[in-house]
Amino acid sequence: MSRRASRATIDRSRRPWHRTLGFHILLCLCSLVMLYPLLWMFASSVRPNADIFQSISLWPAHWDFSAYPRGWSGLQISFGQFFWNSLIISVLSVTGNVISCSLAAYAVSRLHFPGRNLCFGLMLGTLMIPYQVTLVPQYILFLNLDWVNSFLPLVVPKFMAVDAFFIFLLTQFFRGLPRELDEAAVMDGCSPLRIYWSIILPLSTPALATAAIFTFIFTWDDFFGPLIYLTDIENFTVQLGLRGFLDSAGQSDWSAMFAMAVLTLLPVLALFLFFQRLLIQGIATTGLKR
Amino acid sequence: MRRRRSLVGYVFLLPWLAGFFGLTLGPAMASLYLSFTSYDLIGTPGWIGLDNYVRILTADSKVADSVHVTLLYVAMSVPLKLGFALAIALILNKGIMGLSLYRALFYLPSLLGASVAIATLWRRVFAGDGLVNHVLLQFGIEGPSWVSDPNTALYTLVALSVWQFGSPMIIFLAGLRQLPQDLYEAASIDGATKRQQFWRITLPMLTPVIFFNMVVQTIDAFKAFTPAFIVSGGSGGPINATLFYTLYLYQEAFGYLRMGYAAALAWLLVLTIVAVTAVAFVTQRLWVHYDE
Repeated sequence: MSRRASRATIDRSRRPWHRTLGFHILLCLCSLVMLYPLLWMFASSVRPNADIFQSISLWPAHWDFSAYPRGWSGLQISFGQFFWNSLIISVLSVTGNVISCSLAAYAVSRLHFPGRNLCFGLMLGTLMIPYQVTLVPQYILFLNLDWVNSFLPLVVPKFMAVDAFFIFLLTQFFRGLPRELDEAAVMDGCSPLRIYWSIILPLSTPALATAAIFTFIFTWDDFFGPLIYLTDIENFTVQLGLRGFLDSAGQSDWSAMFAMAVLTLLPVLALFLFFQRLLIQGIATTGLKR
Repeated sequence: MRRRRSLVGYVFLLPWLAGFFGLTLGPAMASLYLSFTSYDLIGTPGWIGLDNYVRILTADSKVADSVHVTLLYVAMSVPLKLGFALAIALILNKGIMGLSLYRALFYLPSLLGASVAIATLWRRVFAGDGLVNHVLLQFGIEGPSWVSDPNTALYTLVALSVWQFGSPMIIFLAGLRQLPQDLYEAASIDGATKRQQFWRITLPMLTPVIFFNMVVQTIDAFKAFTPAFIVSGGSGGPINATLFYTLYLYQEAFGYLRMGYAAALAWLLVLTIVAVTAVAFVTQRLWVHYDE
């Protein structure tokens, strides 16, 4: 055996086959236990209500998709409206976060100005502050601006780079880009704005995409923000709609409840399927908590 | 030229500066001020000195309940979650085939777990006639009504947190990849067993990652809100068994409009988080090994 062989291959070749099999059985069992609730939720959404609590199987005896249209119009406002609201809020949040955080990250990673390190330190400092501290004054502020019960309190802060985590993520990436690029561009008479827009951003699409996808998922899943700022049902996001459903029809019509729950998870699932590598890399390199 | 340069940086920082002063620092200071007042959104805040803090620390039995519940939640969910994350990461790091598939499957709950959909599912899965009890019944065990029994309600939320062990697992895996392989080769040439290698090399070398995960997950557990809100229907029940501190804060602020009181609760939460983090950083020299 070559001495340079990686440890993984050494391990694999030295390990008896029954141990490898044992690991796989353990991992499969673990996956099954973890995914069981999710699969059961889907199975329950295509089962008649009468069957749901009799059955722990993942394969419905007969498939019945009627819970989906029933749930879609189960509240006085259709779930279509909730999806539309969530989509608008999420897309605007992504736009705001990507623009404002990349501007800030560009400044602290590529420009020289007095107070730069202080600014970066303050950004990292805000990472530690739990949102509860600013919650009450922010609410009073938005109440006085007459923004409560609109999307503005959820969206406008994103244009002001309040998610310092994404500044951090982008700063790390920008710092890795070769300095010579900026220097050459400055020689050619490029303004900093031009460098940011035509050089840094195009080279940073993986990091920008990571920030965009995580922002979308976090915003889509956010419950607390909409809970305090959105009061009229016309403005509800899918998370609030689902909670409203749970409080009213959910207790009697679990199939419809689960049908809507499955639908609210679909966008996140789709992003996960398409961008799995990007998401996992984002977590592995920055230690994001989700 | 140089002068213009120095200003340009701040132009790029304008959105952040506006957010920092207008939405973070300003509100934080305002909330510190409000915590010494009585304010219900109508009229002006009335200065009452330390009354809010005195009441929180001495006279409010719901605070005591919520602190108890939150500390129990943190103390149970963080070690269990990290334990699972580390155990699975160690198995996946053994050069198992299908690593990326397993990794993706285990990570999925972390991504979905914060949503209302999963919290409602949890409420149903752990109901008296729910999935868990049906499975237990196959083994002849009659389970309690997990979510409505005050003795077990909190465990369902701990289970929900542990279910999301995927993201610390990914960070552990990334950390395991960084370990220098020549150490293992040298150790096995010297006749160290696998077990010795784990306790003497892997675990000590991994302590910085364990520390990082521990701090992040602990802070996150202190801030948890959605699962308790949905599983208890916003009440923190049964009998305050799932009344997370954050949930009580929400009830005070937006249920009873006691904004000054809620601000004081928030500042005590910050102080707690800062204190816990500080203790973690001070004690890390006792057990965390950093490369020189």
